[in-house]
Amino acid sequence: MMDQTPAGLLAPAPSAWHRFLDSDFVYSFRQSPTAIVAAAVLLLFVLVALLAPWIAPQNPFDPAALELINSRIPPAWLEGGQARFPLGTDGQGRDLLSVLMFGLRISLLVSFCATLFALAVGVTLGLISGSAGGRIDNLIMRLADMQLSFPTILVALLIDGLSRALLPRSVHEQLALWVVVFAIGISTWVQYARTVRGATLVEKTKDYVHAARLIGMGPLRILFKHVLPNVLGPVLVIATLSLGLGILTEATLSFLGLGVPPTSPSLGTLIRIGNEVLFSGEWWVTVMPGACLVVLVLAINLLGDWLRDVFNPKLK
Amino acid sequence: MTSQALLRVQHLRVEIPTRRGVLLALDDVSFTIAPGEILGFVGESGAGKSLTGMAILGLLDPPGRVASGEIWLGERRIDTLSQREMRLIRGKQIGAVFQDPLMSLNPLLQIGDQLIESIRTHLPLTHEQAAARALALMRSVGIPAPEARFTAYPHQFSGGMRQRIVIALALCAQPELIVADEPTTALDVSIQAQVLHLLKSQCREQGTAMLLVTHDMGVIAETADRVAVMYAGRIVEIGPVADVIKAPVHPYTRGLMGAIPSLAPVTGPLAQIDGAMPRLNARPDGCAFHPRCPAATAQCRAQSPGLETRHGRQVACWVHQASQEAA
Amino acid sequence: MGELKLPMLRFLSTRLWNGALVMLGVSFISFLLFNFIGDPVNNLLGETATGAQKDAMRAALGLDQPLLFRFYSYISLALQGEFGISYRNLEPVGRLLMSRVPATLELSLCAAVLALGVGIPMGVYAGIKRNSWLAQSMQVVSLIGVSIPSFLTGIILILIFSVELNWLPAYGRGEVVKFSNWSTGLLTITGLKSLVMPSITLALFQLTLFMRLVRSEMMEVLRTDYIKFARARGIRDRSIYFHHALKNTLIPVITVAGLQLGALIAFSIITETVFQWPGLGLLIIQAITFADIPVIAAYLILIALLFVTINAVVDMLYFWVDPRVRLG
Repeated sequence: MMDQTPAGLLAPAPSAWHRFLDSDFVYSFRQSPTAIVAAAVLLLFVLVALLAPWIAPQNPFDPAALELINSRIPPAWLEGGQARFPLGTDGQGRDLLSVLMFGLRISLLVSFCATLFALAVGVTLGLISGSAGGRIDNLIMRLADMQLSFPTILVALLIDGLSRALLPRSVHEQLALWVVVFAIGISTWVQYARTVRGATLVEKTKDYVHAARLIGMGPLRILFKHVLPNVLGPVLVIATLSLGLGILTEATLSFLGLGVPPTSPSLGTLIRIGNEVLFSGEWWVTVMPGACLVVLVLAINLLGDWLRDVFNPKLK
Repeated sequence: MTSQALLRVQHLRVEIPTRRGVLLALDDVSFTIAPGEILGFVGESGAGKSLTGMAILGLLDPPGRVASGEIWLGERRIDTLSQREMRLIRGKQIGAVFQDPLMSLNPLLQIGDQLIESIRTHLPLTHEQAAARALALMRSVGIPAPEARFTAYPHQFSGGMRQRIVIALALCAQPELIVADEPTTALDVSIQAQVLHLLKSQCREQGTAMLLVTHDMGVIAETADRVAVMYAGRIVEIGPVADVIKAPVHPYTRGLMGAIPSLAPVTGPLAQIDGAMPRLNARPDGCAFHPRCPAATAQCRAQSPGLETRHGRQVACWVHQASQEAA
Repeated sequence: MGELKLPMLRFLSTRLWNGALVMLGVSFISFLLFNFIGDPVNNLLGETATGAQKDAMRAALGLDQPLLFRFYSYISLALQGEFGISYRNLEPVGRLLMSRVPATLELSLCAAVLALGVGIPMGVYAGIKRNSWLAQSMQVVSLIGVSIPSFLTGIILILIFSVELNWLPAYGRGEVVKFSNWSTGLLTITGLKSLVMPSITLALFQLTLFMRLVRSEMMEVLRTDYIKFARARGIRDRSIYFHHALKNTLIPVITVAGLQLGALIAFSIITETVFQWPGLGLLIIQAITFADIPVIAAYLILIALLFVTINAVVDMLYFWVDPRVRLG
């Protein structure tokens, strides 16, 4: 027979924060060195991007700060390099480290916004599709299927290209950044929608949902209280991996000349600029933003892979 | 300890190292199976019955491993064999039948092909000879019109037919021992009896011994010669089936027997054992059953009892031992 | 095999219906572009046509006719291969597109062979011997591979093999051998040399994708009950891996492979830009930058057709390969 627990020995229930800290999630995070390093790197990049206007050694957008005499200087650890310009300078005398920081800022801004946009659209459509069922569900899923038959990069490229052709030049220049966000977002909503729809369909049949409906809980509340929490994990995984993919897509579009406007260069734009002087031997102008891009996306992918393992029910 | 035993398991201990420590899945499991004998293993899910079978086959899912103990097949010790040597034993000397026939058969390969492959792995036959033998096997397990169904795929058969094919596959090289892990659990109730009967008759015909793992006491009563009751990774009672069912000794076995609904008029609520079997990471000290046992003593709480043999029955219980000694 | 008719037909018809809808939608967008951006008559005849020709065309197009009628005439022209005149180089668009197809197709095919021929065996190996150091390093390298955009791979390759070592040409196709409508670079030394870096660049992303996919599928399959049962029957390892597991692993891979063929065509846009490869990809980028509407409109339709066809073929392949789907 079970021993009786004296009432006085019951400890107060732990707070939500403590429960989180004790959870499996934090436990596996602490156990995984790759996850910790990846998260640290990502955090570093985000901080640098946020604080770029204040911590960059030089303002690369201010023509007055540039001197032609400083142009084409190799990185500091090579012969001819200067400590003042740790990563070297470009053809106009811009400090590469500062340029990188601002480029990082744009890259992260665009893909964060695009990911949020895709998430909002995708999750909403998924919820609607799953809970409404019938013809609406059919319509949305058919749309999704049709879009899925095209690779995302192509969809993003065509949307961006079309907007360029349709909008008058001045309007387009102002909106270019948001056009890119829109293009990338639209090309990636489908994954969220499908996952959320699947989860909604599963939850819809469960008893507690029937019970909630019987006591008169509105469908919206049911969705938010019951379906969403179950779907948060997989959506988080998709969002993380999409973030990385979004950065790559934006970089590709900018490299092709179709992405962000030249006034706010992202890492992709920088690589394109560097590519033009490749044969003159100034490899650092292209390689530095390239390395920055790869490290960033690698960190995100590692984090995303770890998240996927954490939320994978088969591995529990 | 007779030298005639086909399978001898001695003090088998299986551990599963996990992120949070090492789990003890099987603790000091010992038993023998004589040639041609059917030994049933009964217990709740998680008690360790399937693990015992897998350990014998050498197919424990990593990171699970045999930590200590010995497994002997005839004169040969098999728990220390390499995977390659073990592969030669599997199928030829020890066969297996698993629970879900739909999952056990490769959905992309024709039944005939799977049979021929199994046969030719162990017997030096040509393709045609193996095909003929496969057809004969299908007939002997009761599949009607086997020629027509030879090129069919698993999903085209019913559940009962599939399990018959699985049995045919397990027995095709005429092994000495079969490990049957819940062979009828996934089947319709109406088919279970047929498949069980087939399994038993095939074993009797070929003199094959069987380790029959199940949670269903009825299956044991129908099919087995002896039965071992498992609880929390240990065997708590072993004995001849009729004896154990009619006169269970261990408090857990008694609880199990009491919980079986009978066709006699209902006299009261169905007996139930309070509490639940402890999980692998939450084993109590001493006898694993003591928190639920109505007769638990201080010794039960402190020390884990070993199997004591008395009158052809083995029981692991301090209370029982004490009562026997007093008698 | 005879029973596959009805469910397969029903499945195919849904697919074809979806495909037709896509084609209709894309054609409509192309039509809108063609007819409302710039002057459709100029689009069709080019700026340099005579006044009389333009008037005749204006009448033929029926620009005051209802939208649907004009859409219909657009479609009928398109079906004859008539897509107008390119703004940029004043050539008929249809001919222009066709002339670029061999370059893109050749590049894509080389990349596909590379991606499948290297990626799948690597994945199988990594799935079977997953704890060996080779497999683990493959995992690391593949993770990096998925994090590098393909244009960067191209640039790095050019940096190393053209700028530094001067072994391979950085731009163009080299010498090509022409016969009838086709041109190939496979028959000349410079042609082959020019193919190396672009093919590797195009293939790399897909290669790592396949490697990771095949590896994870293989690992999943090796965990299944039927593999366990096969082991319990004493089936040889070699047979388990290549007779049992491989088939089951490759089925989902086929679908992905087919779709990736489409992705190859899309990614060739990037690779062709980096290496100045004279294919469809470079053409469309130049068209977009130049706002060359006739080319953009025609390209849209061509691409949509390509993808709809690829998807239909992949679906049929799936049908043929998986007996559960085929025989219901």
